[in-house]
Formats: sequence, structure tokens, C-alpha cells
Amino acid sequence: MNPVVQVRGLRYAYEDGTEALKGIDFDLQPGECVALLGANGSGKTTFALHLNGLLRASGGTVVVDGLEVREENLKEIRRRVGLVFQDSESQLFMPTVLEDAAFAPLAAGVAEKVALERARRALEQVGMAHKAHKAPWHLSAGEKKRVAIAGILAEEPKVLVLDEPTTFLDPPGQRGLAELLASLPQAKILITHDVAFAGRLCSSAVFFQEGRIAARGGITAIVHEFHW
Amino acid sequence: MDSPLHRRHAAGKAIAGLGMLICIASLGRPAWRAAGAYLLLLAAGTAAAKLPVPRILLGGAVVLPFAAGIAVIAAVSGDSERAAMVLVRAYLSSLTTLLLVASTPLPELLAGLEKLGAPEFLLQVMQFVYRYLMVLREEAGAMRDAAASRAGTVRVLEFRKAAGAAGVLFARAHNRAQAIHRAMVARGFEGRMPALRQLPFRMPDAVFAAGTLAVAVAVRAVLA
Repeated sequence: MNPVVQVRGLRYAYEDGTEALKGIDFDLQPGECVALLGANGSGKTTFALHLNGLLRASGGTVVVDGLEVREENLKEIRRRVGLVFQDSESQLFMPTVLEDAAFAPLAAGVAEKVALERARRALEQVGMAHKAHKAPWHLSAGEKKRVAIAGILAEEPKVLVLDEPTTFLDPPGQRGLAELLASLPQAKILITHDVAFAGRLCSSAVFFQEGRIAARGGITAIVHEFHW
Repeated sequence: MDSPLHRRHAAGKAIAGLGMLICIASLGRPAWRAAGAYLLLLAAGTAAAKLPVPRILLGGAVVLPFAAGIAVIAAVSGDSERAAMVLVRAYLSSLTTLLLVASTPLPELLAGLEKLGAPEFLLQVMQFVYRYLMVLREEAGAMRDAAASRAGTVRVLEFRKAAGAAGVLFARAHNRAQAIHRAMVARGFEGRMPALRQLPFRMPDAVFAAGTLAVAVAVRAVLA
């Protein structure tokens, strides 16, 4: 089976020359869920931002569903890779929940009727259809996270990348989110410090250390190896 | 909320509101009867919109401290009637704007203004200010609480400390703006906000706009 995400020799350096990624090789199979573990500043989020071209690599390649991340492919790449950011507040920028969920399809040029249909379907999928006409700032943290995910699902992506999805969520909110994510068929990359949450969703993990992947394998084994 | 005024198209209300503002702003000499008529019109509009009339009438006064400076200058120069008219015009203009905003949900108002040809960039700024003003206020509140928990009080902040706090708040707002922009780009933003289809501008909306304009102009012409 061809990987839906294939990364080879990915390198990235900040403007001051600091190397954040030092040659990453990574594969993600369709439907697979992989957790990215590692200390703050180890390169997890920097890596994720390369997957839909928000950061441009200093070297190496990123291929998503057969399409290389390059300037001319960015529109399609961003449709294929849905990024759910840590802070939902910044991700929900439209005046109403429905408009926010419809943002990406409309931006991609999808007809309004179809875009709204997709947005409504995505909101139903995350259990937020009843709040479609609410303003995002009237929602709880858990609801905001669900709407943020709906906004991504409306793009019909192949890959979901979730950066610290349990931040600001209480335990019931975390359980609800885990159930929701487990029900989604897309391949997932989960950036988290919450090992228990990762264990509910992902069968494997990679461990980032100083811009490199130090290990990959089962979550339990990695947690044990790095005393995580 | 539902009312005859809420049901009118935002573009119609914006045209009517703009017409009122022009008529009010052009009250050059003391025109108490015209000002009174505009006040009655606006109060009637507020009642028709099922909004709390006393609260809206009081809310309109928020602009008075800003107009007071000019009024004081006019009063000191011996023209007390002109000073009073400055305050009256400012108050009525504020009331008109308040009624428009209170009876029109922002997304509809922005769509209406877009229909009238308002610059898209300006509308985007209005949308983001509206969306994130609360967030910024919460951040400012969190900073104030953090300062109070360590200093005991923040009531007597020295100017230097207040300026420092404003700087931190600006930096936070900047970080927030960057995060929002990144999230927008990640979801396909290429410089233009997609707009949902606007509500149709129907005959009752045109009648409302034309009727309000006609009354505003008649008051200006006959009573001023």
C-alpha cells in the first residue's frame, strides 16, 4: 500500500540558522494514526507545518497522496491535509459556526450550495449541527475544538493533523474527542504530550528529539524507552 | 430577535442610516425642532425594533465626552447655541449608528455594506475586530488578574507599568493575529474572504429606505 504521507530527508532551519529539523524520514499509511511524542521544541509542530506547506523545507521532500508539497501544488495540498491547531480560538475566525465550517470549501471555489452542505454534514459528524448559527465565541472549549475539526472535515481531507487536541479540554471533553476522532476514517497524525489520549487513538508513535526522529514503534515501548 | 426593523435588508438600513446621518450632520444653525423630530424618529425606530428604548437613548450619550471638547471651545468663544448643537448632532448621530448596529447582526451588516460597495479590506477589518475584541479583552483581563494576584492591586498602576502592559497586550494581539493568519492560510485563504450568498433586496426594503430618507429630508427641509 502506498503511504498517504511520505517524508524523506526533511530539513528546516530558522532564519537565524538554528536547525529545527535535521533529516526526517516518515511514512503514514491510509487510515493509520501515528502519535508524535517528544519534548517541547523537539520539532514536532515544525514538522507538522511542513505537511501542508505552511513552512517551506530547507531540504528533502514531502509527498501527500502522491502530490509533492511545492508552491504550485499548495492549494490542493492544503485541501488534502487538514491541520487542527492547538488553540481553536485562532482557528474559528468567521462570524458564525456554519460560515466557519464552510470557509475552506468556499475558499477552494466549491459552489456555495455544496460548500454549505459539506459544512452542515461536517457539523453533524462532530455533533455540532445544532449550533450552526451560533457565534464561535459563545461555545465552550470542547465545542470550539469540535467546530474546528468540522471546519477541517468540510475540506474532505485525506490526512488529519491534530496539534495538542486535548489542550483546554476537561476529561469528559477528552473522552468525547477521542471517540469522535476514532470514528473518522482519515489517516491521523497526533501531536501530543498526553500519552493516554494517544494510546486511545494510535497504535504507533514516533519520538522527536532535537529535530530528529529518535525512535518509532509501539506507544508503550517508546514511553518506556524514553521514560516519557 | 425579530422585529419589522430586524427583517429589513441591511443595505436598506445602511442607506436609511447614512441619509439620517447626513441630514443630522448638516443641521448648521440651532434647529431644536428638527433635532427633536429626529430624536422622536429614532426613539420610534428603537421601539419598532423591540429594543430597550431608555437603554439605547442612554447608550447614544457615550459619544458626548468626545464631542465635549469641541463644544467647550465653541462655548468659550461665546457661541453657546453652536456648542449645544455640536452635542446634539453628536448624540443623534451616535443614536442613529447604535440603532443600525443593534437591529442588524454584524454578518448581515457587512454583507449589506459590501453590496453597497464598501471596500472589502475595511469590511474584513471590521469582521476581525468584532470577532476578536472579546478575546483581546479576555487577555487584558487575564493580565490584569495576574498583576493583581502578584501586586495585590492594579488600581494605582504607574504610567510606566501601564505602558509596559499595553506593549505586552500588543505583542499578544500580534501573536494572535499571526496564529489566525496561519490557520486561514492552512484552510486555503488566498487574500479574499468567501462570502455566503446575500439575502435578496426586496421591494419592502426599498420602500423602507426611500421612506426613511424622505422623512429625514423633509424634517431637515421643513423644521430646520
